[in-house]
Amino acid sequence: MRSLVILLTCAIAALTSVALNATNKALPTTLQPVSAFATIKDPKARSVALFTEAGKVIQHPRCLNCHPATERPTQTDAMRPHEPLVVRGDGGIGAAGLRCITCHHNANFDPAGVPGNPKWALAPPEMAWQGKSLGDICRQIKDPARNGGRSMAELVHHMAEDELVGWGWHPGGKRTPAPGTQAEFGALIKAWADSGANCPA
Amino acid sequence: MAYQIKVNGTDHSVDADEDTPLLWVLRDWLHLTGTKFGCGIARCGACTVHMDGQPLRSCTLPISAVGTSEITTIEAVEGPEAKAVQDAWVAHDVPQCGYCQSGQVMSAVALLREVPKPNDRDIDLAMNGNICRCATYVRIRAAIHAASEKLGG
Ligand code: FES
Ligand code: FES
Repeated sequence: MRSLVILLTCAIAALTSVALNATNKALPTTLQPVSAFATIKDPKARSVALFTEAGKVIQHPRCLNCHPATERPTQTDAMRPHEPLVVRGDGGIGAAGLRCITCHHNANFDPAGVPGNPKWALAPPEMAWQGKSLGDICRQIKDPARNGGRSMAELVHHMAEDELVGWGWHPGGKRTPAPGTQAEFGALIKAWADSGANCPA
Repeated sequence: MAYQIKVNGTDHSVDADEDTPLLWVLRDWLHLTGTKFGCGIARCGACTVHMDGQPLRSCTLPISAVGTSEITTIEAVEGPEAKAVQDAWVAHDVPQCGYCQSGQVMSAVALLREVPKPNDRDIDLAMNGNICRCATYVRIRAAIHAASEKLGG
């Protein structure tokens, strides 16, 4: 009986690590530069291709974790529900009595494994990305009613310069960074906007 | 290096490494052992204190980040909400082993200061970062409602 339990435990551990490795392997680590898309002659197709490349960032767990479909964020590359159970609350800063800042401070604190940033917060419900196709996310990002009232220029600035967005490339600890760099991502978004901001289907 | 921090209304000079968690400082330097170590990774709530009145997991904040903020621990939390929570905790016989309870009380007081009349969901959302291995959750929720009523919330 005891050996069966040990065997089962080992099997579960092995399966878990296989699953985790599979998740990690599937995650992109780099972004192609804007110049790589210059050969696409059709402007609409080029625009769609640029956004699809930027989608490697947008649909990376590092970014999706704080753009949840429900009021509860997710964690890790496996995007499991955040522990403890926390919710967006008013303004994306958590419920009364258990705000994000109860645990998340101005900087990462590695001894406790807790990430931090001065702007730590969840994206609002209208900016939920989890469970959506890249095309739907694209249309949502362009829609001022669902992107925080941002113009295309403000959107490009947000993606390319925002500090909390930028944290995704420097998450520290054992967290997997978003692919490429924020500058590369910002350049892709700008080139997408300049080429007509067309969306994948 | 020496850090000046204010805890329970008193200024302290603490000579500690910059990444020393506030929890360590409270317990090992200042001997305020009412605040408990449960997990050290922001998962249990046993280390909850108040920083400028807001609940804080003291295992997640390095001493170097405390600055001029005022820290309050279970030894000194006071005011009408604290009194109501303490009385309700006794009346409802909330603690079992007690290990998690200083954290529970600090979270409950912070909740009532912000939401004087919390419903069950408010209580659950504020308190579910405070784990109780004795599972006193039902009594905690009842005691928070009782404290709220006593406060006229
Ligand atoms: S010891 Fe800080 S949350 Fe558990
Ligand atoms: S009373 Fe024992 S852990 Fe909560």
